[in-house]
Amino acid sequence: MLAYTFKRLLALIPTLLAASVLIFLFVHLIPGDPAAILLGDTATPEEIAELTHAMGLDRSLITQYFLWLGNVLQGDFGTSIFFRIPVLSVIADGAETSILLASMTMIWIMLIGIPIGILAATRHGSWVDQIASGGAMLFASIPTFWLGLYLILIFAVGLGWFPSSGFPSISDEGGLWNIRYLLLPSLTLAAPNAALIIRLVRASMLDVQREDHVRTARAKGLHPTKVAIRHVFRNAMISVAAAFGFTFAALISEAVVTETVFSLPGIGRLVVQSILRRDYPVIQGVILVIVCLYMIINLLVDLTYARLDPRVSLK
Amino acid sequence: MNFISTIQNVFRGRTLATIGMIWLCVILVAALAAPIFAPFDPLDIDPIGRLQEPSWAHFFGTDHFGRDTFSRSIYGARMTVVIGLGSVVFALIIGGLIGMLSAYFTRLGHVLMRIVDVLMAFPALLLALVLMTLLERSVTNTIIVIGIVYATTTARILFGMTLKLKGEVFVDAAKCSGAGHSSILFRHILPNLISPLLVQASFIFAFAQLQAAALDFLGLGLPPEIPSWGNMLSEERIYVTRAPWLLLFPGILIIISVFSINLVGDAMRDSIDPRFKDDIAGV
Repeated sequence: MLAYTFKRLLALIPTLLAASVLIFLFVHLIPGDPAAILLGDTATPEEIAELTHAMGLDRSLITQYFLWLGNVLQGDFGTSIFFRIPVLSVIADGAETSILLASMTMIWIMLIGIPIGILAATRHGSWVDQIASGGAMLFASIPTFWLGLYLILIFAVGLGWFPSSGFPSISDEGGLWNIRYLLLPSLTLAAPNAALIIRLVRASMLDVQREDHVRTARAKGLHPTKVAIRHVFRNAMISVAAAFGFTFAALISEAVVTETVFSLPGIGRLVVQSILRRDYPVIQGVILVIVCLYMIINLLVDLTYARLDPRVSLK
Repeated sequence: MNFISTIQNVFRGRTLATIGMIWLCVILVAALAAPIFAPFDPLDIDPIGRLQEPSWAHFFGTDHFGRDTFSRSIYGARMTVVIGLGSVVFALIIGGLIGMLSAYFTRLGHVLMRIVDVLMAFPALLLALVLMTLLERSVTNTIIVIGIVYATTTARILFGMTLKLKGEVFVDAAKCSGAGHSSILFRHILPNLISPLLVQASFIFAFAQLQAAALDFLGLGLPPEIPSWGNMLSEERIYVTRAPWLLLFPGILIIISVFSINLVGDAMRDSIDPRFKDDIAGV
């Protein structure tokens, strides 16, 4: 297990390096001169040339890449053009919102996805199953921002139960109660992903149900509920656990949209706004952080999977 | 005859999938004959008649420029079809070639599949967003960007399936009878991949709709003057409290369409070659 973990960690490095080259190139290919944008409309060509030199933008791309990479490895992601503060603290400011949003969403996904998935699988073919599967597919077909807008319209504007946008930190006035700002966004974000988990739980439970050990368990007269939970569900969860990496990727993608709809000060909205503001250092920094995070989560998922199913690491 | 019996096989006993297929045909007809069905010009501005409620004159009401939402929705079907088909064709050709060639020529595969791995290290919408910032907002660029994102998944799936097929006896037989590489790849292996490719196509078509709508919504998709369902939602969102129906119709059109594609895709997957069931995307 240790050797396997080590091997997987080592394999991450080239992919991460290649991803960093891509991110660097992407940002440098974006049309527009960062020095000119930074100085605004009133800048003279001399001032722009001076800043270009000061920022190192007149050096070769390769030199610039290694300088950037060297700084990143030391924890220096540069300075935001828009906020004029270090990129890392811009990202840290958005982290609280995004982490809380992601955690709440994950809780919803599990609370909604797993029980309904089990129900659909145990009542396979019945109307319960058809409604659950059909409903899951319907929810997976809804654009997240559309769902978010109507949740705001109904529960925030219409009924006034929840705030419609923004999120004050839980360390500010209001404390933990500020979580209510994240209720509608997390439900919006959870809907398509919970739908996916419902279908996944159902599919893998149905798969496991066909296996020999389940037939044996039934044959020896175990109560159907016991068979469903002890023999089928526990094994089915292995492939569900493997899907959480995928869910996390979907979560990041949809968080970009959801945070924009609800005007949440998170990392997803930071990506969009930095792109629209041409704030290169922030775009580079945020995307690098997200890609790292995504790869680490995928690794953790794979390692958990290997632990749950020992056959994996032997391959 | 073979084609018709395959279709019958896919849709027999699947009422919902059949309804989905009919809806997709309706969209196709609407897209092709938009000028015939649309009662108004989708770009005609009428400042006096702005934000009207749905009525017999304007089935879906009018937007903040006084444009007829029903006519715009019909023209929007064009973009649904164009973006969907465009991304599917792009992703299947590029991704399919990368996947097949990588599996067949092992050395080339080492390089190509590593590139695919790197691109897959980016969450889908994030990759699309970054690529879109490099390019101008246009129909072609939206197709290319969404196409690239799903070319990666297609490449990975086809890589696995081609590897499986490569070891089969009929490939050895073809080799022994002197068939060249291209003949083996495209005449012997490819025909076996057609049905999984069709299923993959349906999933890409569905995802492309949601992805394109999200890009439109973030202001990084189709040019704003083009009436697409995503752009309609994006433009009218600030009027949602005054005119909630403006978002209702384009949104429901997206939902029904994506739902229909998913139903058809599911039906196709259920009737597919059992060898590939595990390899196909979606659950």
